[in-house]
Amino acid sequence: MESLKTYFSGQRGVYHGIAIAVVVAVFALPFITIDAYTIQLATQALIYVLLALGLNVVVGYAGLLDLGYVAFYAVGAYTSGILTTRLGWPMWATIPAVVAACVLAGVVIGGPTLRLRSDYLAIVTLGFGEIIRVTAQNLSITGGPSGIFGIPTWSFGSWSFNDGLTVGGLFFNGKILLYYFVAIVVMVLGLIGIPRLANGRLGRAWRAVRDDEDAAEAMGVNTYTTKITAYIIGAVWAGLAGQLNASLITTISPTSFQFLQSALVLMAVVIGGMGSVPGVVLGALFITLAPELLRDVWENRSLMFGILLLAVMLFRPKGLWPATSILPWSRDKHRAKVDTKPAQARAEEV
Amino acid sequence: MSLPMIDPSALLTTHPEAVPRPETLLEVKNLRLAFGGVVAVDGLNMNVHRGEIVSVIGPNGAGKTSAFNCITGFYRPDSGEIAFMGKSIIRTRPSKITRMGMARTFQNLRLFSDMSILDNVRTGAHAHLRQHWFDAFLHTPAYRKTERACEEDARYWLDFVGFTGDTLLYVTQLPYGEQRRVEIARALATNPKLLLLDEPAAGLNHTEKRGLVDLIRRVRDLDIAVVLIEHDMGLVMDISERIIVLNYGKEIADGAPDDIRANPLVIEAYLGAGDDEEPADGADQASADPGQPLPPAPPSLPEASATADRSDGGEARR
Ligand SMILES: Nc1ncnc2c1ncn2[C@@H]1O[C@H](COP(=O)(O)OP(=O)(O)OP(=O)(O)O)[C@@H](O)[C@H]1O
Ligand SMILES: [Mg+2]
Repeated sequence: MESLKTYFSGQRGVYHGIAIAVVVAVFALPFITIDAYTIQLATQALIYVLLALGLNVVVGYAGLLDLGYVAFYAVGAYTSGILTTRLGWPMWATIPAVVAACVLAGVVIGGPTLRLRSDYLAIVTLGFGEIIRVTAQNLSITGGPSGIFGIPTWSFGSWSFNDGLTVGGLFFNGKILLYYFVAIVVMVLGLIGIPRLANGRLGRAWRAVRDDEDAAEAMGVNTYTTKITAYIIGAVWAGLAGQLNASLITTISPTSFQFLQSALVLMAVVIGGMGSVPGVVLGALFITLAPELLRDVWENRSLMFGILLLAVMLFRPKGLWPATSILPWSRDKHRAKVDTKPAQARAEEV
Repeated sequence: MSLPMIDPSALLTTHPEAVPRPETLLEVKNLRLAFGGVVAVDGLNMNVHRGEIVSVIGPNGAGKTSAFNCITGFYRPDSGEIAFMGKSIIRTRPSKITRMGMARTFQNLRLFSDMSILDNVRTGAHAHLRQHWFDAFLHTPAYRKTERACEEDARYWLDFVGFTGDTLLYVTQLPYGEQRRVEIARALATNPKLLLLDEPAAGLNHTEKRGLVDLIRRVRDLDIAVVLIEHDMGLVMDISERIIVLNYGKEIADGAPDDIRANPLVIEAYLGAGDDEEPADGADQASADPGQPLPPAPPSLPEASATADRSDGGEARR
């Protein structure tokens, strides 16, 4: 018992404790309410968590400013939408196609631009986001401005989520099953997978490139391939989030993939804390839930976001839950990084 | 000092001893680099041999750092040849050069500021760590094994450079001297055959400098050749087996410390040839530590020649 107490007072333990609490809460939600709107909103919020965690790889770990991230979300949504509605593929069978399409898009966009210094990437990705949207608007296979309707839910053989499932006398309807499915995907890919990547050899290379590209090269890290790997992994994560979202809302159209969406996801990462998984989760929950919860209070949500973003940047420039933070009640508190001097205060000289 | 207790097959793509090391590690011929009108490196020739400690000295702006940057691939020289272990490394990425076995530190510390000390040093193992990202994703036994080996390796090097603190601190939480040590540990973790140190003693106090001298010698004892740029003449004279003196991008002398001390060209370069520069300040304007900027007065040995030692100064010691 004592060792358990010591464990949960350390930084790792604190994180694990919070993670357990979150998992329990996510699992318990349908037992508290099965209100369709709430479940839908919760599913959407989880998809945004996945999206933001994917962008966190690009922006937070590798330090690449991507202003058109939602383009990959669109690629994933459209790829699965087209293949299921036009060709009648089951949703799961489109996963390889979604991954392949996102890898291809990532290579096409990232390949040439990541050779340049990072500022160019922001401009190119901004353009790419618009190109994807305008293309979707003008092609007939993507349904033009009205988009794609009637995207089916996940089906496996003759059984689909919409048939529901009875476990131990409890009936789970299609929406709840999709919610659980999304929750599992988000936890496995986002909350377990990404931190694992970030802690291994590749993740160290990402963070090294972010902190100092030249020093990373001097350590034998090929900064180009490292950046492109981050970019592609971010693209695939967004594509999968797009696919989940398509199966949730069943209708996709170019208006769902505007620049504002990219900006919102980026905002989730920045206000949460770049490179910080709990921070980014908080940020993603905030951008999805706050407008709904405050719908009646604030008419103008763009203004509200603007003000909040400014406030966070002014008072917590490293985000609500910075990656370098150590919780004050943890016994590892001496490891908290106090200095907040701009990281780029180094000389120009190599 | 024993080698790290790691399973080399888990960590290394090529065992360090599998590739026979040539006697001449680095050969630089006629290297030239200009920034607009400023010729930073002007026809530099230098060789570094296995297991030696060489210092590169020269007044501020002599082109020492620029030469290092060309050798390590950060700058592309305008002309000239650079061969490392017998292979040309012109137009090679810095990361590739590091993988070939050349490591460096930077004049103004460049640690990864948002990473822990341990992670900084573990990044050094990047090149020879055989770990697929998919293994990291799945936490396979292969991942655990490589990660453990990498951490042991990093701890070994931190221990080697004499770092005894909490390895999970962020590097910016350390005092300057400790940061310098961590940077050397990080460079050593790349498993180099040649280590280039750009002003490693800058900003260190007297005790720390003595530790550095000892450290450099221990590095050399691991059969790693060390080239250091340094302004602290006391340290340079103490540790170097050979000294290369640069001035205006050209090497003006190459020889044993005693010859350099007596070399009139060197003294002239440091005294600024009586021009409008203040004589004694030539060497330490940008250096955080004044050290001993001037070589001790020449013991009047006028026959010591700058060029006679250069071409075969290195070969002579073997
Ligand atoms: N990136 C650069 N762009 C333009 N000029 C440069 C650049 N790097 C160096 N120089 C110039 O090249 C010359 C040599 O500089 P370098 O930094 O190599 O000197 P150094 O010998 O390392 O000096 P110090 O002892 O002060 O470190 C200087 O005149 C410097 O101004
Ligand atoms: Mg220099």
